[in-house]
Amino acid sequence: MYPAQFDYRRAGSVDEALGLLQEHEDAKLMAGGHSLIPMMKLRLAQPPVVIDIGRLDELKGISEAGGSVRVGSLTTHAEIAASDVLAAHCPVLAEAAGHIGDAQVRNRGTIGGNIAHADPGSDIPPVLVLLGASVHLQSPSGTRSGAAGDFFQDLLMTDVGEDEILTHVDAPALGAGTGAAYLKFEHPASGYAVVGAAASVTVHHGRCTAAGLVVGGVDATPTAVDVSSLIGTDLSDDAIAAAASGLSAEDPIGDIFASGDYRVHVGKVYGKRALAAARDRA
Amino acid sequence: MAGVLGTSIKRREDPALITGRGKYTDDLKVEGMAHAAIVRSPYAHARIRGIDASAAEALPGVLAVLTARDVAAAGIPGVVPVGWLLPDLKTPAHPMIAADTVRHVGDAVAVVVAEDRYIARDAADRVAVDYEPLDAVADVVAALEERAPAVHDEAPGNVAFDWEIGDREAVDAAFAQAASTVELDLRNNRLIPHAIEPRAVLASYDSSTGEMTIHMTSQNPHVHRLLMTLASLGMPEHKVRIVAPEVGGGVGSKIHHYADEAIVGLCSMKLDRPVKWTATRTETNLTDAHGRDHSTHCALALDADGRITGLKVETAAAMGAYLSTFAPAVPTYLYGTLMSGQYDIPAIHCHVIGVFTHTAPVDAYRGAGRPEATFVVERLMHLAGEATGLGPIEVRKRNFVPADAFPYQTQVALAYDSGNYGPAMDRALEMIGYDDVRGEQASRRSNGGRQIGIGFSSYIEACGLAPSAVVGSLGAQAGQWESADVRVHPTASVTVYTGSSSHGQGHETTFSQIVADRLGIAPEAVEVIHGDTDLVQFGMGTYGSRSAAVGGSAIARSVDKIIEKGKKIAAHLLEASAEDIEYEDGNFRVAGSPDRALGLGDVALQAYLAHNYPDDLEPGLSATSFYDPSNFTYPFGTHVCVVEVDTETGGIELLRYAAVDDVGNVINPMIVDGQLHGGLAQGIGQALWENAVYDDSGQLVTGSLMDYALPKIHNLIQFELDRTTTPCPHNPLGVKGVGEAGAIASPPAVVNAVVDALAPFGVTHIDMPLTPEKVWRAVNA
Repeated sequence: MYPAQFDYRRAGSVDEALGLLQEHEDAKLMAGGHSLIPMMKLRLAQPPVVIDIGRLDELKGISEAGGSVRVGSLTTHAEIAASDVLAAHCPVLAEAAGHIGDAQVRNRGTIGGNIAHADPGSDIPPVLVLLGASVHLQSPSGTRSGAAGDFFQDLLMTDVGEDEILTHVDAPALGAGTGAAYLKFEHPASGYAVVGAAASVTVHHGRCTAAGLVVGGVDATPTAVDVSSLIGTDLSDDAIAAAASGLSAEDPIGDIFASGDYRVHVGKVYGKRALAAARDRA
Repeated sequence: MAGVLGTSIKRREDPALITGRGKYTDDLKVEGMAHAAIVRSPYAHARIRGIDASAAEALPGVLAVLTARDVAAAGIPGVVPVGWLLPDLKTPAHPMIAADTVRHVGDAVAVVVAEDRYIARDAADRVAVDYEPLDAVADVVAALEERAPAVHDEAPGNVAFDWEIGDREAVDAAFAQAASTVELDLRNNRLIPHAIEPRAVLASYDSSTGEMTIHMTSQNPHVHRLLMTLASLGMPEHKVRIVAPEVGGGVGSKIHHYADEAIVGLCSMKLDRPVKWTATRTETNLTDAHGRDHSTHCALALDADGRITGLKVETAAAMGAYLSTFAPAVPTYLYGTLMSGQYDIPAIHCHVIGVFTHTAPVDAYRGAGRPEATFVVERLMHLAGEATGLGPIEVRKRNFVPADAFPYQTQVALAYDSGNYGPAMDRALEMIGYDDVRGEQASRRSNGGRQIGIGFSSYIEACGLAPSAVVGSLGAQAGQWESADVRVHPTASVTVYTGSSSHGQGHETTFSQIVADRLGIAPEAVEVIHGDTDLVQFGMGTYGSRSAAVGGSAIARSVDKIIEKGKKIAAHLLEASAEDIEYEDGNFRVAGSPDRALGLGDVALQAYLAHNYPDDLEPGLSATSFYDPSNFTYPFGTHVCVVEVDTETGGIELLRYAAVDDVGNVINPMIVDGQLHGGLAQGIGQALWENAVYDDSGQLVTGSLMDYALPKIHNLIQFELDRTTTPCPHNPLGVKGVGEAGAIASPPAVVNAVVDALAPFGVTHIDMPLTPEKVWRAVNA
């Protein structure tokens, strides 16, 4: 596996990285390199310049303030999976990160690289959409943010502009009475999710007051399921199964391992199980 | 040293390998080394209209671009031969570099040599090949259809061979009179070997001497030298040295002689420079010989007591685009001959058609024919247990070859030398806690939800093909003996030169144990040399679970010869008769006079000094043996698998796996267990995950590890292993071989377990791999 020739530049700061992006047309940013490098080795990607942002400490770290958690884009999956802050305030994100690849992948791969690559079988996107997280971007002209639900636009396509760097993700901490879960049906070869179901429910005095379900792997982008029928119920198994069966996709992804129909079916089953797990944690 | 045989001493190979100091072919760097990249067909079938290499040649650093024209201009044979001939076998030429037609994706059409491998790869992308795409056929059944595209004009209907064994009339009569019959249509899925180290070669030709040294990933360097010199490069055999440095696994794929290694040899000759090539993972997937790929109809006839009266098998076996080295033997003499399994079957008939397809060639892959045969027999036994109402245990026990019936002549050529099948099954049942598991199954069945199932596989393996004369009469173009040169040095340490070339098995450890045990010295005093045609006399290599039984036996024989010679030297020094000398624990003693003794060192030193020495004896203390066994060896065992099936999704979870194997005497239990673990992982991988898929146009859809699912550690469970011991009666060590047992036994154990779990849903068969969607569809059919 030998990539085509490319130049390598290592950025010392976000500003320098933004400058290098401006300077080099078709340059690619590299964080952990776990999506980009395999594509380069297969020559599916042949960027003339690779800008390594992997050592930018300013984009690393996990913190909590005012009911919201912030995860820097260069934070590794391993750090997210093991984070005390997330364990206390948003454990479902750590749970999903723990499902990514293997230990070596989790030690190198980053949340920013993961969501900027936007593989439909990625574990993080459905969780961010479920949480109503915001994705923060920086360009030479300033910063902006958008909802995770709008960030994932299509297969391997996101809202990141050519001159932008993804800096961090903010997600609301899970409040009292809220439980959330991520369940993964793993592809035996790639380790990506054939289906990944992220669910949350909030329970007050035995009644559901809020519920969410987002399923990855079924469609090009995470698919939100309308589970508002659960609100006001006691989250019985039947109510949950009925709510999860609302999953649909117009043109679901299919391959030799799992057809589109089958993915939708498994999405419903895993959606049901994720909701039940969230209920049990609420 | 007494007690060294049968103990789990640690592998001496490991410190270098696990600290990264092992030298594999790609680690080797020599002065002036250039790098090759091979231009491969993107089409499964196409005519080559022309090749324009000018853009590649113009790239700075490119040394040469060679095509089929250069092979022809070199005046060399230029082909990749087949090494096993069957009657009426069609043997269309397999050119090293395709001249006018490509026949599978990955077929070599040109090679670029450059100063570094990046330039070589860049230049390979610039070689413009003008293809005229032609219709292709990748599927083994489709290739036999009337209007299927022809892979070779010389093979009408894409039939490479039409072979049978057994007695068709007797089988037909058995079916006509049967009290019950079961039948099955199945596909045995195509597998890609995936040796951890990709194939690699470093060829160094020196025009000043006319000699070439080839370092390469080889399971059998002497066989590679023979095929390379005779059929491909046309060089004198004595001018070529082949060295297999550390080899990172093979599972069969590095037995075969491939075009690529020969191409790199030609490049080195043309440029008079060392040239290296290392396959990318994509290249190994496209060009390593694949395994299995059968379509089979099979049926079993039984009498009213549940005794088998007949077995018939009809198989179409894919050969791929060309006949690889031992390909024709795999679905014939390594498949049809195994159809009796552990059972006394009075009538068997097996008919196999070898089929050319526009795919990578198919050849021996861990188990080679025997997993396919075991799958047929053990799936049918499961169905027979259901159909007769006897269940999986009783139907097997009732048909086992009885322990007092050995040697047992099967109806398909093989004569089993020894066996005792009942105890292995009983032990497996005990380990798994059979009644408890059945109880749990019953409660799951009444409660719904996830179902569990129990699957059995009582397998037989035939290891160490032999003897040479018999194998030759069946079409082998090679002998099946093994050699060992054992040299005792003047200081009584020992070097063994074995023709059995290790590629991960631990030969250096286990062979030193054999010598240490027999010679009564420490294993640390024994060095084992292998994998170099200049150092080792000649050897057949490592495959077919033959190293211990054949290679180890050759070593034992050489040691015995050394002891005999040592007795003569000791008798001379001790002024006794050689007949009165006993050898024990490293000492030659006069029988009845224990104080009249000499150590091995005393005798060895005198053997080299020859100062005080018998007149009729040559100096030196070494011996060479070429051991040709009188028969195969026949390991056997029973494996039991317990699975849980998520009927809502079709997902399968392994719960238990118990394996009781009888591999004869054991040299190193840890290594035997390791072989079983590896084989089980591969066999379970075939059953649940692995599948090489070509689309209708002949593109390999599972060309990378993103799509081809190898088993990973978190997919597997702790295997529960035990053994019975029935020593092989015909070799000096009583060993039988273990390299393939796990891969042979496990696929039907897993499939039988899943089918057992889904019996309430009316499921009787699902083709491997049992992917969740297939299982889910079977549940909901």
